[in-house]
Amino acid sequence: MTIYLPIAEVSVNAFLLLGIGGVVGLLSGLFGVGGGFLITPLLFFVGIPPAVAVATSANQIVASSVSAVLAHFRRRNVDLRMGTVLMAGGLAGSTVGVWGFAILREMGQVDLFVSLCYVVFLGSVGALMFVESLNALRRASKPGAKVTRRRHGLAHTLPFKMKFRVSGLYISVIPPVLVGFSVGILSAVMGVGGGFIMVPAMIYLLHMPTKVVVGTSLFQIIFVTAYTTLLHATTNQTVDMMLAVILLLGGVVGAQLGTRMGARMRAEQLRILLAILVLAVCGKLAADLLIEPAELYSIDEQGVG
Amino acid sequence: MIRLLLLLLLAGPAAAEEVVLGLSRDEVSITATFDGSEILFYGAVKREEPIPEDADLEVIVTVEGPSEPLTVRRKDRVAGIWINRAAMRMDLAPSFYAVATTGPLREVISHTEELRHNVTIPQSIRAVGEVEGVDDPEAFRQALIRIRAEDGLYQMLEGEVTLEEETLFYTRVELPANLTEGLYGVRIFLTRDREVIDVYRGEIEVQKVGLERFLFKLAQEQPLVYGLLSIVIAIAAGWGASAVFRALQS
Repeated sequence: MTIYLPIAEVSVNAFLLLGIGGVVGLLSGLFGVGGGFLITPLLFFVGIPPAVAVATSANQIVASSVSAVLAHFRRRNVDLRMGTVLMAGGLAGSTVGVWGFAILREMGQVDLFVSLCYVVFLGSVGALMFVESLNALRRASKPGAKVTRRRHGLAHTLPFKMKFRVSGLYISVIPPVLVGFSVGILSAVMGVGGGFIMVPAMIYLLHMPTKVVVGTSLFQIIFVTAYTTLLHATTNQTVDMMLAVILLLGGVVGAQLGTRMGARMRAEQLRILLAILVLAVCGKLAADLLIEPAELYSIDEQGVG
Repeated sequence: MIRLLLLLLLAGPAAAEEVVLGLSRDEVSITATFDGSEILFYGAVKREEPIPEDADLEVIVTVEGPSEPLTVRRKDRVAGIWINRAAMRMDLAPSFYAVATTGPLREVISHTEELRHNVTIPQSIRAVGEVEGVDDPEAFRQALIRIRAEDGLYQMLEGEVTLEEETLFYTRVELPANLTEGLYGVRIFLTRDREVIDVYRGEIEVQKVGLERFLFKLAQEQPLVYGLLSIVIAIAAGWGASAVFRALQS
């Protein structure tokens, strides 16, 4: 069954879109990532114009994140205070990001910049997580070995300290605001929720317990992606509601399944799976940049003027 | 008597044969299940004299979608990475263009006539100025045609018009799903001895209807409302799914 998308102005198989939404929703619930880093390239692949794919995936991430975060709320795995601090940075970052996106679009280098961002961030984050999780798994398999975590870092010495009860932290608000800000920029420029950066940043930079990281990341993603959706809708008119509804039908179901699966898996296993996925997407994007494309030319209908 | 002769002269050979056209539809509605469309063109040649014996009658049908400006970019390898370098702006390029003929183009119409009437695709793409900095503008133009032809937006249908008894003709043109809204111009050329003897012009309206039209208009005219509505739908869907799953579990 094909369906015509009014804003994207293409017709696509509805079941294919449902499937994409479902897979991405599953990941969202499982890992606490919005899934934008996967949904955006998949939408390109089925022929949705890039500008519409980026804006609409932000909209769909709102839905799957709401669905997933509710399950985390019930298990009390959301640090609301930390989420709010991250969000404040995120909204500011997103505004700056959208402004930068407009400049790049004028130069016709959006595709390149987005791909490079993906390769650099997915590559380094994926590699870091992969090595860390392997080490953690090895430690866990040795009886008597203890997981040691650095308890004191920069976050403890900077001013504006705040108590984050759910995370069990008493740290300065500056690092989380900066993390939120940088992820906000990336989220606007790359059209993603930014969970794949946010999750490791919370674990390795802020030293938050893995248990609350996923819920808190989802909580803040909701606000940043909702804001991004609104910005795209008002400035570019590129949010396709029809596409979003189909994607989120599949997505919310997937997110529910993912959250339930996640509750039964160990944190290290989760992280190693996410690391492999992130590296796979990174490899594909890097190959696209390095291999000579079959068609060197491209038509840009929006980049006029 | 003199007046009558003059009239005949004025009417001249151009009006000796005229097109009478029928369209299977003069409106294309884009609905939620729109998956492309096919338009059947059928017509007859009206004449008041016997069929001329000297040259065969040929028919050319063109369908042209609304023209828009666009930019064509070319990738080049820089430090091992393929990035967009050269760009060329096209002032006007039709969003859709189909040409159907009764035979190979050059046997149907002469080059001069083709140029005069802007019959084929390259002639309907205009790139005035804006070519400085581009070493070979023709390559960019060719690339635009190639990419759009692959998407079914530019079609060259040589020999696809069927002409019977030099009087009745018909052809069909497939419109792909990724159509731009607007008025599509239809032209029918009658040629003899590779010269155009009559042109018929018509229009087909392509527009979104129903929910598609509502969403499109809302997005264009009330972007803030549209954006808020998409967010509300997203939150409601997420919440709803969570509630449904909880109900199922207990």
